[in-house]
Amino acid sequence: MMTVRVLAFAGLREIVGSSVEVACPAGARIGDVWSMLERMHPALSRWNDTVRFARNGTVVGADAAISQGDEIALLPPVGGG
Amino acid sequence: MTLSFVHGPLDIAALRAAVADPACGAIVVFEGTVRDREESGREVVALDYEAYEPMACAETDAIAAEATERWGALRVLVTHRLGTVPAGETAVVVAVAAPHRDAAFAACAYVIGELKARAAIWKREVYRDGGSAWIANDAGERAARR
Repeated sequence: MMTVRVLAFAGLREIVGSSVEVACPAGARIGDVWSMLERMHPALSRWNDTVRFARNGTVVGADAAISQGDEIALLPPVGGG
Repeated sequence: MTLSFVHGPLDIAALRAAVADPACGAIVVFEGTVRDREESGREVVALDYEAYEPMACAETDAIAAEATERWGALRVLVTHRLGTVPAGETAVVVAVAAPHRDAAFAACAYVIGELKARAAIWKREVYRDGGSAWIANDAGERAARR
């Protein structure tokens, strides 16, 4: 097992919390973390088509590998300006 | 760093002064202000902003570099408010200084357009009737679905 820090923003933050620690099996990918969170919070399914992910500050795809201690950010569609 | 965040009113004159450059013949300052109605006419009293600050700053640096590459814009600075911004107040300021006005206008439009589409910033509309909703920019929604 390994643990990663998950940051969530805007509507996702209201469901997941702004910063949570998630334990996942070795070899897990970012999409697996999303699936685990979605099982805990079914309301997240609304973002399945639009959520993007960042690993340690860089946008990556759902198939990106993760490592112990990574900071994973869940990014809904942006609304700045 | 191109982008800075502030909690509270923006100092627009300071941002304008910070991009001023003797080699530039034009300064364009764009202010994005909070409208008091959303598209369907529902009355908006404020916007609440939040950001993933390190990512938003890195992306805005990249946008400024693209603008400089394309238009030779010499100086680009952006300040964005976080937290609650009441209707009528300024939420974001983009200041661009360039040797000539065509470049300054074009670069300023590019920077605010790309910031709205790409920067890790979010807003919630707070309505007069007590409700609220997170609102994605059209371009932000398109980027997410790519």
